[in-house]
Amino acid sequence: MNLHMPVPDIDARTLAIVNELKGLEGPLLPILHEIQAEFGYVPEDCLPVIARELNLSRAEVHGVVTFYHDYRRHPAGRHVLKLCQAEACQSMGSDAVAAKVKALLGIDFHETTEDGAVTLEPVYCLGLCSTAPAAMLDGEVHGRLDDDAIADLVAEARR
Amino acid sequence: MTVTIFVPRDAAALAVGADRVAKAIETEIAARGLDARIVRNGSRGMLWLEPLVEVRTDHGRIAYGPVRPADVASLFDAGFLEGGAHPLCHGPTHDIPYYASQTRLTFSRCGVTDPLSIEDYRHYQGLTGLTKAISMTPAEIVSQVTDSGLRGRGGAGFPTGIKWKTVMDAAGPQKYIVCNADEGDSATFADRMIMEGDPFVLIEGMAIAGIATGATKGYVYIRSEYPHAIKTMDEAIRIARQNGMLGPSVLGSAYAFDMEVRSGAGAYVCGEETSLLNSLEGKRGIVRAKPPLPALQGFLGRPTVVNNVMSLASVPVILDRGPEFYRDFGMGRSRGTIPIQIAGNVKYGGLYEVAFGLTLGEIVEKIGGGTASGRPVKAVQVGGPLGAYFPVSMFDTPFDYEAFAARDGLIGHAGITVFDDTVDMLKQARFAMEFCAIESCGKCTPCRIGSTRGVETADKIARGIEPEKNKVLLADLCNTMKFGSLCALGGFTPYPVMSAMTHFPEDFSPAPVVEAAE
Ligand SMILES: Cc1cc2nc3c(=O)[nH]c(=O)nc-3n(C[C@H](O)[C@H](O)[C@H](O)COP(=O)(O)O)c2cc1C
Ligand code: SF4
Ligand code: FES
Ligand code: FES
Repeated sequence: MNLHMPVPDIDARTLAIVNELKGLEGPLLPILHEIQAEFGYVPEDCLPVIARELNLSRAEVHGVVTFYHDYRRHPAGRHVLKLCQAEACQSMGSDAVAAKVKALLGIDFHETTEDGAVTLEPVYCLGLCSTAPAAMLDGEVHGRLDDDAIADLVAEARR
Repeated sequence: MTVTIFVPRDAAALAVGADRVAKAIETEIAARGLDARIVRNGSRGMLWLEPLVEVRTDHGRIAYGPVRPADVASLFDAGFLEGGAHPLCHGPTHDIPYYASQTRLTFSRCGVTDPLSIEDYRHYQGLTGLTKAISMTPAEIVSQVTDSGLRGRGGAGFPTGIKWKTVMDAAGPQKYIVCNADEGDSATFADRMIMEGDPFVLIEGMAIAGIATGATKGYVYIRSEYPHAIKTMDEAIRIARQNGMLGPSVLGSAYAFDMEVRSGAGAYVCGEETSLLNSLEGKRGIVRAKPPLPALQGFLGRPTVVNNVMSLASVPVILDRGPEFYRDFGMGRSRGTIPIQIAGNVKYGGLYEVAFGLTLGEIVEKIGGGTASGRPVKAVQVGGPLGAYFPVSMFDTPFDYEAFAARDGLIGHAGITVFDDTVDMLKQARFAMEFCAIESCGKCTPCRIGSTRGVETADKIARGIEPEKNKVLLADLCNTMKFGSLCALGGFTPYPVMSAMTHFPEDFSPAPVVEAAE
């Protein structure tokens, strides 16, 4: 992900994505997903382009981006580690898992380590509730997190 | 003859190392120069045994689990390609009591087949329901679904056939089938397992729904937390299209039906059907007031069936075996089978498909085997974050929509979370309020503001600040949310909160903080 991409490039890439997807019924979420996949977040500069091309107001696009937990307004770390904090994981000690991971990384939820390696986030259920406690690292799933697994996970995330 | 080894590709199996196990097996096959191949199947649902590796032998499929990569060499040494004895061996998969005692109708193929093999799908009775549907009139299909007694598995339990009839009777040049695969409830993963383990059954169910109602386009709205399900569904749809299961002429008939996957974006409320439709249209996932019903004015204002994955995936077997066959399972007005998802602090966690009517106690103690920690069970939450907490004294409640409603609970999407005696129920009540505050769509004040007040009030009780007054306040807040919310997020959050307060009062009277002596 290039954080210093000049605005004209963002415009051009956004336009290409919008043009590719705007024929869908209800194209906005697919477009935003694609933009986030491309840039790692949804840059503010994309919004006017999307609004213009889809005939929406900028406020409408902004409203959609901010409604959904998935869309980032700022770049994340190189890795995103999501720890499940929902009930089934709670019953298997997800609180303690979170405390350990936070201590190992030296950050809280919604923060990124200073070296830009890891962003830590809570998530409410990954559908891995019978192999709890569960986590997801960049789309890879992890379950039955004991101390060894937590250490491995954090080491992997730090890379 | 080439031996077939099965290593699941289900996300729960992957989460506990199935890919690494598959790799170790591959390495071992190569090193030993053996004639064997690996099939990546779905999960059998015995999740405590994952990764559950199976070998096809003359005596059926033999199960080994949970297998770690380090166990693989010893499995080969023990002759596991011929079903050899090993400490991890459980004998024939079909004879494992957890599996043998189920009634697998919706999940008949899950874990058995290669999820993306249309040949496997046909071989195990796939497409027979759709083939029969094509030979019927739409009205006949709808009446079969109605007669089966199938009720929506997404939570509300609305009769599926009646919903379909409304859409069938609605006029409109374009109608839609929208599959709700948002599955946000904790303790639920049945939808995920079917999408990863037998995706064609969902496609078949949606195609039947399309033919019955006159809808030619379908969408599966899958939560973004399920990347494996999204990928498998995408591939399955492509394969179904190539094989004429989808497209301008479904299985060579005069009916057209096609579908695509859409990914959610991390909002729990988008599981609510009208919020989901707004999201699919590219809007904020705000809940719509009903009426108009989605059946009449749904996606883009057009007639739309919104059904849960399980509802749609149960239709093929109903059409194949007939409505009476399905209806004969179950109790009261809860007909057929229900895939119960047993999760949390439980010894034998997994998916257990069975006729309605088992008691909660049988599910937790007999099938689930009690807690994983070995400590006593204290509470069981049924139906996800909007479901009530049940104490052991209510374990006689049968798994049935009406029986749970009569006890101020719900079965929802049939997920069960077991907690041992270390759980603090005040903390659980606080979490229910916090979750509602995080996920509220913001339309109703009681849901948006009430939940935040609820968190603060629970915190005061925990700190011993005017506990009696604050308990009354918490109950008042619940009452306001229950009656002043448009949808079940605000409306049902009181279930976990009130059940925790009612059944576990001791956790709401924390020992008063002892002040240091003056
Ligand atoms: C907050 C909230 C979340 C919901 N989440 C889901 C869900 O994840 N999956 C689902 O199928 N239904 C969910 N529902 C129920 C749907 O609104 C709707 O009843 C269901 O999709 C209808 O399909 P069915 O009749 O096949 O159950 C939810 C409802 C609410 C209020
Ligand atoms: S109850 Fe909550 S989630 Fe439901 S419509 Fe109202 S504000 Fe939105
Ligand atoms: S509750 Fe954690 S994975 Fe479902
Ligand atoms: S979904 Fe049932 S009341 Fe809103």
